[in-house]
Amino acid sequence: MPAPSTTKPARPDFRFSPRVDQVGIEERAKRIQTRSIKNESKAQGLKMVLSMMDLTTLEGQDTPGKVRQLCHKALHVHDELPGLPTVAAVCVYPSMVAVARAALGESEINVASVATAFPSGQSALEIKLADTKMAVDAGADEIDMVISRGKMLSGEYDYVFDEIAAIKEVCGKARLKVILETGELDTYDTVRRASDIAMHAGADFIKTSTGKIQPAATLPVTLVMLQAIRDFHRATGRMVGMKPAGGISTSKLALHYLMLVKETLGEDWLDKHGFRFGASSLANDVLMQLMKQQTGFYQSADYFSIS
Amino acid sequence: MLKTYKLYIGGAFVRTESGRYLKLKNAKGDVIANVCHASRKDLRNAVTAAGKALPGWSGKSAFNRSQILYRMAEMLEQRGPLLVDEMVLMGLTKTAARREVNLCIDRTVYFAGWCDKYSQIFSSVNPVASPHFNFTVPEPMGVIAVVAGKDTPLLGLLSNLLPVLAGGNTAVVLAPEAYPLSSVFLSEIVNDSDVPGGVVNLLTGLHQELLPHLAGHMGIHGLIVDDCSQETAASLREQCAENLKRLFLRDSDWTDPESQHPYLILDTQELKTTWHPIEVISGMGSGY
Amino acid sequence: MAISSKTTWDLAPAPESSDHVDIKKTYGLFINGKFVPSVSGKTFTSINPANEQALSSVAEAGSEDVDKAVKAARNAYNKHWRKMPAAERAKYIFRIARVIQERAREFAVIESMDGGKPIRESRDVDVPLAANHFFYYAGWADKLSYAFPNRNPSPLGVAGQIIPWNFPLLMAAWKIAPALATGNTVVLKPAETTPLTALKLAEVIQEAGLPEGVVNIITGAGATGAALVNHPDINKIAFTGSTDVGKLIQRAVSGSDKKITLELGGKAANIIFEDAAIDQAVEGIINGIYFNQGHVCCAGSRLFVQESVYDEVLEKVKYRIESLIVGDPLDKNTDIGAINSKEQLQRVKHYLELGTKEGALLHQSSCKLPKKGYWCKPSLFENVSPSHAIAREEIFGPVLAVQTFRTVQEVITKANNTPYGLSAGVWTDKGAKIFNLSSRMRAGVVWANTFNQFDPVSPFGGYKESGYGREGGLHGLSSYLNLK
Repeated sequence: MPAPSTTKPARPDFRFSPRVDQVGIEERAKRIQTRSIKNESKAQGLKMVLSMMDLTTLEGQDTPGKVRQLCHKALHVHDELPGLPTVAAVCVYPSMVAVARAALGESEINVASVATAFPSGQSALEIKLADTKMAVDAGADEIDMVISRGKMLSGEYDYVFDEIAAIKEVCGKARLKVILETGELDTYDTVRRASDIAMHAGADFIKTSTGKIQPAATLPVTLVMLQAIRDFHRATGRMVGMKPAGGISTSKLALHYLMLVKETLGEDWLDKHGFRFGASSLANDVLMQLMKQQTGFYQSADYFSIS
Repeated sequence: MLKTYKLYIGGAFVRTESGRYLKLKNAKGDVIANVCHASRKDLRNAVTAAGKALPGWSGKSAFNRSQILYRMAEMLEQRGPLLVDEMVLMGLTKTAARREVNLCIDRTVYFAGWCDKYSQIFSSVNPVASPHFNFTVPEPMGVIAVVAGKDTPLLGLLSNLLPVLAGGNTAVVLAPEAYPLSSVFLSEIVNDSDVPGGVVNLLTGLHQELLPHLAGHMGIHGLIVDDCSQETAASLREQCAENLKRLFLRDSDWTDPESQHPYLILDTQELKTTWHPIEVISGMGSGY
Repeated sequence: MAISSKTTWDLAPAPESSDHVDIKKTYGLFINGKFVPSVSGKTFTSINPANEQALSSVAEAGSEDVDKAVKAARNAYNKHWRKMPAAERAKYIFRIARVIQERAREFAVIESMDGGKPIRESRDVDVPLAANHFFYYAGWADKLSYAFPNRNPSPLGVAGQIIPWNFPLLMAAWKIAPALATGNTVVLKPAETTPLTALKLAEVIQEAGLPEGVVNIITGAGATGAALVNHPDINKIAFTGSTDVGKLIQRAVSGSDKKITLELGGKAANIIFEDAAIDQAVEGIINGIYFNQGHVCCAGSRLFVQESVYDEVLEKVKYRIESLIVGDPLDKNTDIGAINSKEQLQRVKHYLELGTKEGALLHQSSCKLPKKGYWCKPSLFENVSPSHAIAREEIFGPVLAVQTFRTVQEVITKANNTPYGLSAGVWTDKGAKIFNLSSRMRAGVVWANTFNQFDPVSPFGGYKESGYGREGGLHGLSSYLNLK
């Protein structure tokens, strides 16, 4: 373990992060799913979901062509439905940042890049810093880093903290999202602790998953992180955003995520600065639901372009 | 000179605060002893003492309670001949007295043995449908008043008192009017058997006078009355409604071996059910 | 943590349809397998407390009707139920359970209309638990000898049962299921403000083909209940309701051999230690007091918070209160429905005024209440002292009395300082503390790191003035048996 840094501000002792009762948190999350979101609140919610979406492609087979397609989709989510918001960002690998940046032109859509030896994070800090710098230099507005889960699980909280803080410095103006990869953290207690570490180390967003590990985002794990965000805000006054990623493919589930945000953090968090969805197939389901609301007819995927 | 038999309250032998005494006569009409005629204030003091002794006695390990009750049985056996003499003095034949004392010893051994077993019989782990561990256990009810029946010098009293003690309750006992001496003898045995002061409090006096005060006392949680009339039963039920104290009216033949069973202990227990969540990891439920 | 106004996202109404439910304009008494008018012809009206509209006109049973019902039950006991092989008895009870499941939606909607509770609760809690209760006890009918080693359990005879208005169908199930399983026959009286689901249950009982008279359901108010309690041919009275009425019943039957069990009031302590999982504890506090509008005898109405986390807990509770949706019980999003009756609303209001007068600090949700019907905002009192009436008396509404503590011994003493003893809650992350606290709470049900959980296998009932006898589980059987 590295010696405690003397230049950094004093860190809380993360061993004492609040505990989470599994059964209780899951009951609460289940209760959110009994919320029935209909008619105008559904339409409003679905538009919010779109506006908070990070359209994502993170494949080994990604090419500039594929990334350009995705950016086109981001710019024209569904032209048949006028008045839709644009998505929040397009999320790609560092090598594709420049392509995406060019494709999105002057639009308000951000380019987000994963970094830090995504998805496993198993590399040296220097490599991770260079990875991040490369993405930032290529024009990334947002960096989605991964934490060192192995260090986290072996109790090296200071290491995890210092690593995030170092990446944050390299980010410059880019907003930092910290991926906890909750599916590898074993318990809600560890998720809570990792959330606290990430926020204290400077995260602008905390994010559940890479999308490469199952389980990815779930409602209860998101609730644990939202509660951490609320407590952090209560203690410091700083608003940290939340991004569940992976596994959210239906509109109904996405709306329940928003309801969870509303009831846990309040409506202040209900925009793209406070909440994001990391998803690839969710967009079309949202669009189909919106079309159905407008036309009254159930929709078919054949009529919605794939991203 | 006649002996004066005292009350036993809070681990001390005391005279009645009222200064009243009853003269106990034998079959020939000779006065054989002076017995305290307990007042409602004596009763109040006894209930206070029982309340104070409750946390200690109910908090003792079941094994320890078992040891103490067994010690009582040993003392009964050891002082058996003296007890027989007391009973003969009160009018029993020597044979009847010996038989009674032997039954008393056996009953004490019987309930001593139950102390650390009844909760295993009456507890349950309840398989609820949600992810919770849920179990039900008997707990001592609290301060129990025991009013002994009139048929036996000691056996009835013990048969009603022992389940109360085995279950971790403390007791205020009203001795049979006709047989106060053996009851006071019992309190000496209790006192010499490591039973902490206040766990058993023994009063001699007139039942009809004290019963309403027992039934009405807000600090008594349960009332056992052995062998009482229909009218008394009705008025007791009514009076017990005041604090919803649990009332048990009994009329067993205590010489019958079938009359002893652990359900007598269960009468003065409250059942507590506790819930606690159980973590479920990777979809694997718990084994409960 | 203020809610800003930059985005507002409110839920549109999502009412559960009530088209499919069949509420008759009038209901008779269910005696000897048939619906019959009362001898006097008297009726009373059951209204929907959420809009004060009449739902149905229900027969009011007088003493002659009670007598008819008891005779029917006695006859059914002697002729059929006592003689029937236990395994056959079980089949009838299983069938009742199944029919309730099949008609669950209808039961849930009627329960919410008649009593004011949110459809989410009647749908997810009351109705499934009621069906499960019949399932559980059905299976006991032919296994009773295994429940009581060395005893010969035998039924008592005719059971008179009186139930409250807070969980009308569920309480009917709690009463009827074990009584039938143990071989008794039943005369049940539901509460006068919520008779409808019990009468629907009577229809289910007809449908299940139970022999006539095994279950009789008579409707009416206190006088009907008194006639039932005083009927000479009743062997057992089972009552759930207020402690005052419980005491009256015990006095009323004091001259008889009737057995009684009483499930009465409560004033449960809900204790939050500083080492608890605070966010789940907050949820437990909310669920503990605002479930079913606080019309719950085991409600966690006395909150004790360790001083070191008091500010955090209270801030979070107040915030959570804001997210509770109060309104139309039939809306699927409603968290808090209507207060059950005008009378109960007055009682709750009385305590809200009294608490303020006593010097406690009232905090309520900022929600808006509907104009018609009986409503109360979720409320809590701070600066409560143990001697305040709001900390001692059962309010039976959505009103929480908050107190603080510093040490374990202090909170045990404070928690037990009440004539009641129905339930308690303890929140701490430390196992050893849980076992200490749960064993020292003088209460029949202790929820540790959870609250207001119910299950047919789990015995429920109180210490001290919360009554005696248990309902649910193996231990619930003995209330309806002679054990010789």
